[in-house]
Amino acid sequence: MTEHAFDLECIDVSRQFGSVRAVDNVSLSIPRGSFFSILGPSGCGKTTLMRMIAGFENPDHGDIRIKGKSVLKAAPNKRNVKMVFQHLALFPMMNVHDNIAYGLRCAGVPAAEITRKVQDVLERVALPDVAKRDIQQLSGGQKQRIAIARCMVLDPDVLLLDEPLGALDLKLREAMKIELKLLQHQFNTTFVYITHDQSEALVMSDQVAVMNQGRFEQVGTPQMLYQQPETAFVAGFVGDANLWHGKVESMTELGAVLRTPAGTALQARLAGSQRCRVGDEVNIYTRPEFMSVLPSGGETSNNAGTRGTAGADNVLEGRVDSVLFNGANSRLLIRTAEQALVEADVTLTGGSDDIKPGEAVKLQWSMQQTLCFPASAAQAS
Amino acid sequence: MKSVLSAITASVALSLASGAQAETLRLLTWGSYAPDNVIEMFEEKYPDIDVEVTYSNNEEMIAKLRATGGAGFDLAQPSHDRIYAAQLEFDIYKPLDLSQIDTSNMTPKLLDGVKENATIDGEVYAVPHQWGTTGLMVNTAEAPDVKSWGDLCDPAYQGKTSMRLKRTILLATAYSLGEDPFAAYSDLDKYQGILDDVTEKLIECKDNIKAYWQGGDDLSAMMLSGEIVASESWDSTAYKLFGENPDIKFVPPATGALAWIDTFVLPRKGKADDAAYKWINFVLQPEIVELMSASTGAIASINGAADLLPADKKAAVNAAFSDADIDNLKFFANIPPGVEDMEGKALEKIKAATGG
Amino acid sequence: MVDAADSVLPCICGTGELIAVGSDIRKLSLLLLFLPFSLWILLLIILPHVGMVVLSLREKVAPRVYEFGFGNYIDFFMEPIYWNTLIRTGLMSLLVTFLALLIGFPVAYYIAKLAGNRTKGMLFMLCLIPLWVSDLIRAFGWILLLRESGIISSFLMSSGLIDTPIEFLYTDATVIMGLVYTVMLFMIVPLVSTLDGMDNAMIEAGYNLGGNGFTVLRRIIIPYAMPGIVSGCIVVFMMTAGSYLTPILMGGKNSSWFTEQIYDQFISRYNWESGAAFGFLLLAFTSVVVWLGLKLSGQTLSSTVAKS
Repeated sequence: MTEHAFDLECIDVSRQFGSVRAVDNVSLSIPRGSFFSILGPSGCGKTTLMRMIAGFENPDHGDIRIKGKSVLKAAPNKRNVKMVFQHLALFPMMNVHDNIAYGLRCAGVPAAEITRKVQDVLERVALPDVAKRDIQQLSGGQKQRIAIARCMVLDPDVLLLDEPLGALDLKLREAMKIELKLLQHQFNTTFVYITHDQSEALVMSDQVAVMNQGRFEQVGTPQMLYQQPETAFVAGFVGDANLWHGKVESMTELGAVLRTPAGTALQARLAGSQRCRVGDEVNIYTRPEFMSVLPSGGETSNNAGTRGTAGADNVLEGRVDSVLFNGANSRLLIRTAEQALVEADVTLTGGSDDIKPGEAVKLQWSMQQTLCFPASAAQAS
Repeated sequence: MKSVLSAITASVALSLASGAQAETLRLLTWGSYAPDNVIEMFEEKYPDIDVEVTYSNNEEMIAKLRATGGAGFDLAQPSHDRIYAAQLEFDIYKPLDLSQIDTSNMTPKLLDGVKENATIDGEVYAVPHQWGTTGLMVNTAEAPDVKSWGDLCDPAYQGKTSMRLKRTILLATAYSLGEDPFAAYSDLDKYQGILDDVTEKLIECKDNIKAYWQGGDDLSAMMLSGEIVASESWDSTAYKLFGENPDIKFVPPATGALAWIDTFVLPRKGKADDAAYKWINFVLQPEIVELMSASTGAIASINGAADLLPADKKAAVNAAFSDADIDNLKFFANIPPGVEDMEGKALEKIKAATGG
Repeated sequence: MVDAADSVLPCICGTGELIAVGSDIRKLSLLLLFLPFSLWILLLIILPHVGMVVLSLREKVAPRVYEFGFGNYIDFFMEPIYWNTLIRTGLMSLLVTFLALLIGFPVAYYIAKLAGNRTKGMLFMLCLIPLWVSDLIRAFGWILLLRESGIISSFLMSSGLIDTPIEFLYTDATVIMGLVYTVMLFMIVPLVSTLDGMDNAMIEAGYNLGGNGFTVLRRIIIPYAMPGIVSGCIVVFMMTAGSYLTPILMGGKNSSWFTEQIYDQFISRYNWESGAAFGFLLLAFTSVVVWLGLKLSGQTLSSTVAKS
């Protein structure tokens, strides 16, 4: 029998709570050894989906397969899917060794082997000396690693992680992101990671599914989601974006010409498989890093202090409202004639030609970096 | 533990309360011995006296007075056999001023008997109030043959008899074994021998007993429901049931019913002696006796008291007692020190034995 | 309490007059807050017990003549009836405790983990109902129900299930049932409060890591609830061993309960000295049982009773 290519598959899985469709016809397949994230705002159904994979909920409809075999009939404790809970759910009445050994004992592993395996997994999570400690004596990061070790010692087909970084402080969270990714490589096990934090999802994942209102909006690599969002929700939820509303004035070969209610004309391309016709209401997204900022009246596009491509399909005049300094990733808030605030990224060098608040500027950007979605699609947040 | 605590708190509360009103008569007596109508009439006659009643029984009366050294109450009513030893051991009563009490109409035999039992160093500590007996209560339709204490242990009535596991049944059983327990009070070794026989007999009998009753209410319930057909009983309880079921009669046992006299005593630290004397004289007036006996079912210790019983009780008494029965009454004798302990041990043995 | 305040005081005073005044007021209000409690403990708990110790060490030699001695305690050990009753009381109380735990645990688990908010409140009320009526009334209620001519027996007769009336009262089983009913709330409350604090994820983790229902119960839920279990058991055991009315009223002719013997010593036999000694023996006995229970379960008083 050949090894199945997918560790985890969900096929048309649905789950209804009362009148709420928590999970609506979701399908996914996760290849072996990958880091897969499900990204979505709270209440989007990602936790329900994960609980169904773990076996704590049953789908009303659809199938869940692990290594090609349906697990719908298997109780939670019979599935080789382990889970790291949001608050870790380490057992406070047991020490570290007993926490990790719990699953092995349930599986009836001989005592000598348990000791060996626990020590082994502790070394792999780089905590070889904590076996005898109480859970309360561990730091937040250590607890995290023990929670993962407790699952990994059982050699699961899939490891589910339910926003396990949520309770950590920012610094530790940044460090744990990298560490999780390294651990996943080291164990070479499929990780399914649930989060509402796009940066966690983008940094760690091989594949990300963006979930909204029970459905997957888009599944793809972080780069794809970022650069080629297929829906307005994804465009708005993943990364930062400036948003305009407008109406399609005419269609061209490359895209569409749109006009905002204030009368500004913008050119944009249609995202992914979206279709629209003249007269449709649309939402228009552009990421701040694609906006070039030029001194007002300037003609050339390769002016110092700006980055991004030089296309000038769209141009707006405005005045700098404030400068959000963050080193190389500084950002300008520019108030345009429409009285809307537009965000644009700049590199501030500290030189005398740096843009200062109050300056009049010209914004320009390419239509290639301007995406429009029919407004009937879900409103972006 | 609990009872000591409550005794202490009760006495604290009572002594606090008593400071405020000098004219309160705090009466420690048996249930039904202070009917509301009598209290109302008393307070009408003596408007400056308030009557406060605490209902109790012999053991608790003495325990309460002992806890406070005789404080907290102004007048108490223990039985005549509970005065001498209790006073010797705990010093809880004070001598009576007999000149304050109208003894002219008291039944001389009862007055002399109580005086004899309750005189220490020439001082009299008690006068009689009411008397009654303990004997057998029998459902004559179901158990016509029950005539003596021993019949409660008759296997014919297996599981259908009852008794109260207190000292009375020890004494009663001693009589049924042909002994005179009161005579043996003077020779405690002999009395212990009698008690051992009684204990053995009552342990044997335990199998025959449905349950030991605790008070008049559970006894009445068992008798009226037919769960038991014969039991040791106070006469007054039997008289009450006679009114509801004429088959239920009080039967003085062949060896004689045991008679008790409830008395009046003054607690040593009582504060309203005058009011107490007034109460004693008041309730022994024939017209009050009539009301009192209607409530208690017991006979007052005044001349002609039997005639003052209400009609239904009179009928019950007549159904129960012949003149010969009256002559055969065995009055409880004073309990000498130490006997309560001996009897208590015997009762514990019976209770702990597994008779079935 | 005053000592503790004193020891804190110097370091506060150093910072200035104002704070010193403030801390005086705080000290005073602390004192006033604890005064009723301390008085209560002192007057109603400690003093009577000191009195009881003194009382229990008096031997009666003649009326109103007493001698210091351990005679009352020696009497207890010389008389099998006494210590048999104490052991019987202890064993029955343990059985009641065990049954209360057995019945109370699933109920507490349901209340804490499964019931909705409204059901939760209702179930708590149900547990509270036994305490709304006094011991006495409750026992009489049972008597009405269980006696030979009572409701259950008559019902069984009229439904033809039995031919002769059955006496349900006056057996050890009735006493145990009555006691379990009475103490149930005191078992459930500490259990609910510990189980309430348990993250549901912990139970799910137990299953997720491969445990079956029994393993999760034995290895996770019970160890987690142990402080509540021990605290409930201590309270229930103490209450049961010290209960008086239920065993007496429902136990019938063979129901020997140690509190009854204490009562008899105090009231019927006027023997306060040995009653006091018995009281202390009961206290010592229950304390030893509780201590053993704590040792065996690896808990401490502060981790159990103090917490829940």
